[in-house]
Amino acid sequence: MNLLLLLFFPLVGALVTLLNGKFAKQSALISSLVTLAFALLLMGDFVPDASSQFVVNYPWIPALGINFAVAIDGISMPLVLLTTGLFPLIILSSFGRNISQASFYALTLFMQFGLLLVFTATDAFLFYVGWEVALIPIYFICALWGGENRIKVNMKFFVYTIAGSLFMLLGIIYLHLQTADNSFSIASFYNLNLDAATQGWLFWCFFLAFAIKMPIFPFHTWQPDTYTEAPTTGTMLLSGIMLKMGIYGVIRWLIPVTPFGFLTWGHLALVLSVIGIVYASIIAFTQKDIKRLIAYSSIGHVGLIAAGIFVWNVQGLQGAMIQMINHGINVVGMFLIADILIDRLKTREIATMGGIAKVAPKFAIAFLIIVLGTVALPLTNGFIGEFLLLHGVYQFNIWYAAVAGLTIIFGAVYMLRMYKAVMQGETNETTASFKDINGSEYLVLAVVCLLIIIIGVYPNALLHISEASVENLINQVNSKLAF
Amino acid sequence: MIDLVWLIPLLPFIGFLINGLGRNVLPKPLIGTIASLAVIGSFAISLSIFLTFDAAQPQVIHLFDWINVGSLSIPFAFQIDQLSIMMLLIITGIGSLIHIYSAGYMSHDAGFGKFFAYLNLFVFFMLLLVMGSNYVIMFIGWEGVGLCSYLLIGFWYSNGAYADAAKKAFIMNRIGDLGFLLGVFLIITTFGSVSFTEIFPKAAGMVSGDATLVLITILLFIGATGKSAQLPLFTWLPDAMAGPTPVSALIHAATMVTAGIYMIARSNILFALSPVTLDIIAVIGLLTAVVAAFIALTQTDIKKVLAYSTVSQLGYMFLGLGVGAFTGAFFHVLTHAFFKALLFLGAGSVIHAMSNEQDMRNMGGLRKKLPITFLTMLIGTIAIAGLPPFAGFFSKDEILAHVYEHNKLLWIIGLFGAFLTAAYMFRMMFLTFWGNFRGTEDQKHHLHESPVSMTFPLIVLAILSIVGGFMGVPHALGGHHWLNEYLSPVLAATNNILPALSLDHATEYMLMGISVGGVIISIIIAYVKYVSKGYVPKEEELQSGFSKLSYNKLYLDELYTAIIQKPLDALSAFFFKVVDKSGIDGLVNGLGKVSIEASKTLRLLQTGNVGFYIFAMVIGIVAVLVYSFIII
Repeated sequence: MNLLLLLFFPLVGALVTLLNGKFAKQSALISSLVTLAFALLLMGDFVPDASSQFVVNYPWIPALGINFAVAIDGISMPLVLLTTGLFPLIILSSFGRNISQASFYALTLFMQFGLLLVFTATDAFLFYVGWEVALIPIYFICALWGGENRIKVNMKFFVYTIAGSLFMLLGIIYLHLQTADNSFSIASFYNLNLDAATQGWLFWCFFLAFAIKMPIFPFHTWQPDTYTEAPTTGTMLLSGIMLKMGIYGVIRWLIPVTPFGFLTWGHLALVLSVIGIVYASIIAFTQKDIKRLIAYSSIGHVGLIAAGIFVWNVQGLQGAMIQMINHGINVVGMFLIADILIDRLKTREIATMGGIAKVAPKFAIAFLIIVLGTVALPLTNGFIGEFLLLHGVYQFNIWYAAVAGLTIIFGAVYMLRMYKAVMQGETNETTASFKDINGSEYLVLAVVCLLIIIIGVYPNALLHISEASVENLINQVNSKLAF
Repeated sequence: MIDLVWLIPLLPFIGFLINGLGRNVLPKPLIGTIASLAVIGSFAISLSIFLTFDAAQPQVIHLFDWINVGSLSIPFAFQIDQLSIMMLLIITGIGSLIHIYSAGYMSHDAGFGKFFAYLNLFVFFMLLLVMGSNYVIMFIGWEGVGLCSYLLIGFWYSNGAYADAAKKAFIMNRIGDLGFLLGVFLIITTFGSVSFTEIFPKAAGMVSGDATLVLITILLFIGATGKSAQLPLFTWLPDAMAGPTPVSALIHAATMVTAGIYMIARSNILFALSPVTLDIIAVIGLLTAVVAAFIALTQTDIKKVLAYSTVSQLGYMFLGLGVGAFTGAFFHVLTHAFFKALLFLGAGSVIHAMSNEQDMRNMGGLRKKLPITFLTMLIGTIAIAGLPPFAGFFSKDEILAHVYEHNKLLWIIGLFGAFLTAAYMFRMMFLTFWGNFRGTEDQKHHLHESPVSMTFPLIVLAILSIVGGFMGVPHALGGHHWLNEYLSPVLAATNNILPALSLDHATEYMLMGISVGGVIISIIIAYVKYVSKGYVPKEEELQSGFSKLSYNKLYLDELYTAIIQKPLDALSAFFFKVVDKSGIDGLVNGLGKVSIEASKTLRLLQTGNVGFYIFAMVIGIVAVLVYSFIII
């Protein structure tokens, strides 16, 4: 199985979808399923050790030392699975929404190409290309199919993200100039021995790009507006997969490339992450717009993932790896729930809902399971992630863990408040005729709920994929920091 | 037989799946039968394990590796020993009775299938809680029963207040759960494991008062205050009465709420080595016992009386743990499970007969119409009041004897609470079953004794409430305390550390005498007030003077709303509107504006006027020349 096939097939799919106007969504779905099949074949051949596998490396722009270099290791693999696994679900969940334009689906698949590039690139320039390639389609998806304020909100999102990535580009070029072999390869970057001060400002170049993408407090203010105004497919792409680019970047590039920058500034990043957990959760308490509530909840959850990384131990990092997948699954499920509500009720106002559980029992069960996954009930996927992340933070400092742990209380507060307001109590005029889920909605929610429980019951299957690579990466960084 | 132990939780889980999936298609009798048989099957296996188990060491049954990360390994494994066997018997035994009862009680409810699916799921999680061989499996059960409690309290969620009660229960439990979780983390760092069989031998070698152990036990105890409804987290339990009455009996009296006591009994060696924590537990337990008893004195809703009574009795159990009476506390878990399940089911029978009326002011004189319910509830009331030879007498007496030896002041307060218990319980009985009927004609017309499926469990539990205490008859009364001997392998290490009860028999007789005498006086006072004088509390009287404080539950809910919920919501609005929108986002937008303004200004330079460009160029050349001239 060739990695190039996986990478470029979405482009083929995008082209076919574009030409296939009438059956665009079917064509997009098939493309995403084929890509998923490729990813699963790769997974079948994958050996869960620390090595880079399926390596592809061609000179691309030799004069500048730029290579088309991609590979998969235990840190890439889960994200490849996440990306390829969520795409069919995301595409399927748009089926009932009458988006007839082929360009919508073509852009979606084009974005998949960029995302997969980011998660597999072992050349910094290629990584950067993937980073920006993923941004372009999502920009158009949000700008063309979004809500009322889409233009203004989207511009802010775009400028904010681009500003962050320019800092990263600056950092990448600087690092390239320092390499002995005129290279952009990650190995050359890892081998650089820059002084601590240089690594300090380089840390910020990368950190800004990644922190904005995730987003980490206080670089998050583009996110609630964008999530709220984007079409739900766009919100799912952004929250389910795209923000993992930032998290992945921290693990793959930021900390290993600038270990001494991390030594100096990592603690500050950790503090920001922990503040973000509590801050965003508290804001979520009183949100009236269901999409905005989920958006703030996502900031809190991502803050915990980031905190688990910045404490830099096995539990925290493994927790981050598995929680990236869990968060992707749960947030896509949650936004589909929101989308179904908005589609049926024509409003995002939680206060106008109520009593829906009675008229839509299947929907109620799916919603509840996703809520439970989000509030990290044991035997759901969320528990595995939060347990490991909090344990990782705990090993660093008990007080940080106690503060970060407030997420299990606060999460229950805003999630159950939302569930109560939307689903329980008496029905009203608009909710009394609420139609239960069917067809594609049912299928997507069923898969999401099953994944939530399966990962919660048997997480070792996923943890095993990344374990060796994570331990290897930690040792690599720690040995640099040791002298 | 022990190889079949995995079947014990599996059977209710299968019941949950069948009834959950078939809730709308299966006929009601079949649903009730499947659910009941699942739990009865688990009971049968538990019973046979009880009869055959004679190992001095806990038996661990490993199922699969659940979470492995780095050096941390959390197996999905069960542990069977005397403590878990006793819990298994209670959960599946009383669970079976309550399932049978529910088949009658819920027969008219539209959500019949859903109810039994939830009930089976609850039993599954409760079994995981007591069977888990490590703290994380215990935590699965711990939070799982919390989920089922949430689902069952909010069973009639169309009523917004019920849904709120469910939410409140879950959130308050979560506060405790954070403490539990942090305690588990500290256990992992200290012992490198989460498994009981690895932790406890290591802990036994540590010194008493070790700071780490104290911290671990305090964190675990915070978890217990949530689940077992102790101060300051008990206010969810009275609200939990929104659930159907069998749920109150099973979850909020007999099993789930005793999870905290089970957890501490399970971790007995950790607590025995943390005297500071034990003192805290004793004080919290005692305070809860007395405060809840005080509130129960004026409640008019029959289920609320029982709910506060449960909180109060749980307080006594914690008091027992706090003074080192681990067996006594666990003994009280068992006897309380009998008589409190009985009392709740009896109350359910009354409510059923009264067409869903719960206010005792509208009852009265029911003993003739509901003879079985009346007699069995009377037995339960005598048992909880602590008159010999009923079950509650022995367990409460054992706890109070330990308290007496530990600290006389605590004993006096505890004794006072016991008198209150007798008073409010008999007040409930007198208001409900004596005097004249005070309900509507309609209700009077419908009055009937409950069907056999409901009275049968009442009778069984009544028998257990009479004889249940005989498993722990003290030496002073010629017994040999079977329970104490049975549990001794589990408590062996603790018994080496904590002193055994050293009261002479004369003192024990005196303590029993005082307690029984006080209880009888309390009953007489209640009798005079509610039967002889026929007093029925009126709203305005309850809202005045000393009663006001009790009737309004010490205003604790109002207090929590004022000092926690409201400030947090205000903070939420402040963060959202001021910090996020105006502050951080304002700054970001400001930066954007600055760059736009800057570009506007810079753009003005490009006027398209060739003359200006030439002028600028000349200035530039001059500048460069001057620069190089000066520098070089």
